[in-house]
Amino acid sequence: MHKWGMVIDLDKCSGCLACVVACKAENNIALIGPGESAKGRSIYWMKLLPYFEGEYPHVKARLLPRPCMHCEHPACIKVCPVGATYINEEGLVGVIYYRCIGCRYCTTACPYNVRNFNWYEPQWPKEMKGSLNRDVSIRRKGVVEKCTFCHHRLIKARDKVKAEGRELLPDDYIPACVQACPSGAMFFGDLNDPFSTVSKLSRERRAFRLLEDLGTEPKVIYLSEGV
Amino acid sequence: MEDIHLKLEVVDSTLQEDAILLEPIRRTGKAFYLTLFILVTVILWATFAYLFQYRNGLGVTGLARPIFWGVYITNFVFFIGISHAGTLISAILRLAKAEWRRSITRSAEVITVLVLFFGVGNILMDLGRPDRMLNILQYPRFQSPLLWDVSSITIYLTASSIYLYLPLIPDIAILRDYAGKWQWFYRIFALGWKGNKRQHHLLEKGIAFMAILVIPVAVSVHTVVSFVFAMTIQPMWHSAIFGPYFVAGAIFSGIAALIVAMNLIRKVYHLEDYLRPIHFNNLGILLLIMTLLWFYFTFTEYLTVFYGAEPLHMEIFWSKFTGRFAPYFWGMFLFCFVIPLPILSLKKTRTPLGTLIASLSVIIGMWLERYVIVVPTLTNPRLPNEAVLYFPTWVEWSILAGCISFFILLYMVFTKVFPIVSIWEVREGREKSMAEMRERIKTYLPGIGVE
Repeated sequence: MHKWGMVIDLDKCSGCLACVVACKAENNIALIGPGESAKGRSIYWMKLLPYFEGEYPHVKARLLPRPCMHCEHPACIKVCPVGATYINEEGLVGVIYYRCIGCRYCTTACPYNVRNFNWYEPQWPKEMKGSLNRDVSIRRKGVVEKCTFCHHRLIKARDKVKAEGRELLPDDYIPACVQACPSGAMFFGDLNDPFSTVSKLSRERRAFRLLEDLGTEPKVIYLSEGV
Repeated sequence: MEDIHLKLEVVDSTLQEDAILLEPIRRTGKAFYLTLFILVTVILWATFAYLFQYRNGLGVTGLARPIFWGVYITNFVFFIGISHAGTLISAILRLAKAEWRRSITRSAEVITVLVLFFGVGNILMDLGRPDRMLNILQYPRFQSPLLWDVSSITIYLTASSIYLYLPLIPDIAILRDYAGKWQWFYRIFALGWKGNKRQHHLLEKGIAFMAILVIPVAVSVHTVVSFVFAMTIQPMWHSAIFGPYFVAGAIFSGIAALIVAMNLIRKVYHLEDYLRPIHFNNLGILLLIMTLLWFYFTFTEYLTVFYGAEPLHMEIFWSKFTGRFAPYFWGMFLFCFVIPLPILSLKKTRTPLGTLIASLSVIIGMWLERYVIVVPTLTNPRLPNEAVLYFPTWVEWSILAGCISFFILLYMVFTKVFPIVSIWEVREGREKSMAEMRERIKTYLPGIGVE
């Protein structure tokens, strides 16, 4: 059984936002406009978090790309009253949009704030409507959504592999953000396979997880040379 | 016309001094219709606000990321809290055989049953997809504290409705026999009450059973409401004190709501003889105890956080004490403690008017308390986030106003259909309790009554 995980090397990340843009385009994320965005209504499946440490003149600024952590023990799943969010046997945490009642308990329970709510009916500029991704369903107003590790790409890859009559190879399934990263700071693969890149990197000395002390066991691993 | 006049005379001679209790049902003045008109206007406005939200999405509220919960959840906790007055107070006073309860239990029990709908209603209005609310029954997951809420509130609503209805039966029978209007309606709900010995025995057994049952249910309801917050690992929510803290707060705001309701009933229906200063004095003492208990819980909660001084918690702590939530926090402290404490401590000010002022203050304070619990924690999440300031919009304020108006309206209508002071219980008190009390006192005191 696969256990999908992501490794983000912060020492290589240049903060170019390519992952954020690739994610928005891949997953049909609605564009809410600058006004609503300033009010905190914009949706990010992948977000660049700014970390500021210290005080002037000794300020250190760091950027941290943050997708869904796909925790092994997700806080969001426990609190959902209708089972609209689940973790599958491959460790992916998903949302059933048509079952979600929009109570936003999961969004408040998630310690990483990765969950987004559709405050309005989704909208796109006229020019963009033709280029929506047909593999990803559109979320209507009033439901919660979040990063899926581009699960639709896995489904597609499985179909392709089946048609070609071979095993799934590491390069067959890669989320859009990882694919778009120009500095090669992001890796994706099977954490259960001890020889995969992500598996090897996750055991590196530089490796850490976000808010590790909460016991959520994220499957997104960061690499950094210390502070 | 002649016929009705005849009936009124019959009523007056049968009920004698208690005839005034049927007065609100018999006659409805201009003031009632005027109030009704104002309330309906507010309710219609709130309905418009909700439809506006339903059409456009929750973006019309002040909510945003990361503050996903705001006034609706505050209202939910607040209204469920208010509901604790009735049933709990009435049940405890009944079980304690407090004789002064007789004229106040009904008005308390009605609050419970009616206000519960607004607690539930606020949760439903908070949903992004209210059209899918039945998913809670179709795909329930009992691991979620929200499901615990659904279960315990359903049981509570059922139990407190039965508990309200049982003592109503003899009074409905009185209405069936004397009221003149809607006899078919009263006949159905009187369940063939004749007032014989066997029926009285059964009724008393039923009431006693429900009074005992309703207490643990009421305690569980507000504990479970607090669990919605306490079961998450969010800072300053994840606390074991939340259960008892919420229950105490609920009883606190509930007694306050009861005192306000009693004050209104007393003035509007001229029931000064039934709701006397002694009732307000006694409830005032109860409210005073709850004021002190509220302070104790609040003090314990914040001291624990302050002493532990974890940076994550302290950020929220200071945002309440000196930061952007300071007006709400200190407002809460003022309304929940500083204003009611002196009023309720002095016997001179524990009058109907004094307790009314203290109670209004407590109600405002407790709403602020719920707000101060919900919003600051969400404003300060663990990871860096959008610096968003939540402030409710006109939609949320309108719906709050609508809920309060609707509650008052339902309460008013209730007083027009059923006697708001239990007629048979007051009568029973007058006829039987003196002798009973004498017997009971005999059993306590050494030297007398022991054969």
